[in-house]
Amino acid sequence: MDWINSIIQGILVGGLYALFAAGLSLIFGVMRLVNIAHGDLIILSAFLGLTISTSLNLHPFISLIVVIPIMAIFGYVLQRGILNKTLGNDILPPLLVTFGLSIIIQNSLLEIYTADPQKMNAGVIEVASLSLPGGLSIGWYPLIMFVISVLIIGILQFIFYKTALGRAFRATSDDQEIAQLMGLSKNHIFGLAMAISMVVVTIAGIFLGVRTSFDPAAGPSRLIFGFEAVIIGGLGNLWGTLIGGIILGVSQNIGAKINPGWQILAGHIAFIIVLAFRPKGLFHRIDG
Amino acid sequence: MKKILETKNLCKSFGAIKVADELNFHVAENEALGIIGPNGAGKTSLFNLITGTIKQDKGNIFYQGESIDHLNVPNRCHQGISRSFQIPQPFGGLSVFENTFVAASHGAGLSTAIANKTCIQILEQTGLLSKANQIANTLTLLERKRLELARALCAKPKILLLDEIAGGLTESECQLLIQTIFAIKDTGISIIWIEHIVHALMSVVDRLTVINFGAKIADGPPKEIMNSKDVKEIYIGIEADA
Repeated sequence: MDWINSIIQGILVGGLYALFAAGLSLIFGVMRLVNIAHGDLIILSAFLGLTISTSLNLHPFISLIVVIPIMAIFGYVLQRGILNKTLGNDILPPLLVTFGLSIIIQNSLLEIYTADPQKMNAGVIEVASLSLPGGLSIGWYPLIMFVISVLIIGILQFIFYKTALGRAFRATSDDQEIAQLMGLSKNHIFGLAMAISMVVVTIAGIFLGVRTSFDPAAGPSRLIFGFEAVIIGGLGNLWGTLIGGIILGVSQNIGAKINPGWQILAGHIAFIIVLAFRPKGLFHRIDG
Repeated sequence: MKKILETKNLCKSFGAIKVADELNFHVAENEALGIIGPNGAGKTSLFNLITGTIKQDKGNIFYQGESIDHLNVPNRCHQGISRSFQIPQPFGGLSVFENTFVAASHGAGLSTAIANKTCIQILEQTGLLSKANQIANTLTLLERKRLELARALCAKPKILLLDEIAGGLTESECQLLIQTIFAIKDTGISIIWIEHIVHALMSVVDRLTVINFGAKIADGPPKEIMNSKDVKEIYIGIEADA
């Protein structure tokens, strides 16, 4: 029964990993930009949520109302002000610039918040649980986190394939030159994609900050989880990314069950196994 | 007649190659202008200059009486300048419908409901409605050419630039295309058509301009131009009386 419990916990945390990955995948899909600062942006939004929820005395979830627009605008400005200028035929400049951004964010957070781990307090919801037959119990918080993650991936999927904006994303991703001729401003579209990515990042950041403690150096490992989930699931397939996140979560929990020190290692091993046998990921890219 | 598009002393060169050399030409509202010239004469570059994909070195482009030199590519599209490509360049991963929808919603700025209607109507007009949900990469050449036309039309142009749209089509396909272009002309859209298939061009256009090495050589009624000695010599490549 303990094993089943571990697997269920792994599935639930997999939703969060999929959220880490979804923003990353969106940006790569639309503009072929690998955002090395993605993990740090997650942590940045967690700190922002912490500051706003403590200073305004708001529940962390309510603080999202403030943090989401701030991060979305920040993403748009960052894209139009800096990242658009780095995009071109060479993939190296955006990598270097986002790597630099990652260092800047980490050090700025360190300067402001010190290296002490922080945590957001969401009240009773954190410990409340749902008892299932057979002695299983599922925490309400991980369950809510999972359901919302699935919902967000569904919304992203809908935006991408059913809306005018999503078609603009896909058209621009397909052929930037022609997209311009069809009236799409590439710079604006990329800015909007980064803004949406930041909305997902913020939700992931707040979930993370309530679930566990975080510190200014916690970003890069979230970036790795995100990358692994994207690659396990197959690039350009959002539902695949969700499955990728779940596989990562379940592997980590099984690893931890065998030996508490193996948690992170088990996730990486699962990733390497998938990469060895299915280098393009478990699921195909969806076009159209 | 009012001019919809006009260039004044337009110059553009790539190194030693002049693709536009003090080029002056215009298109009137609801006029269909044909452009012919040998390969490398600067015909496609002219389209690139008009749409803003490349910037002229000198000279001006006027659209509806105003200079558009400061407008970027998407803005020129919003203003009503739309083109098709000689080698079809659809958004390969998008469906036929989505290709046209992007042009209608973002190029023409239509709301989703109106864009949907417009796309369906234009897909019907261009004979692609039955392929609406097919991924563009899987289309045949003729279908791709039609998609080029359909997508350009969905951007709701006031002036439509057609780049060798009849090339590679069979005679009967070509006839269908000519009818479609006639129908487009009837809706009041001005057309500039670059074409090597001269008989197709001759049957549609009101006026013919000949360019070579980026300069205008002749301009006037199609039949007259085609029969002039200069044009025969330069365009068709036979030396007169040789």
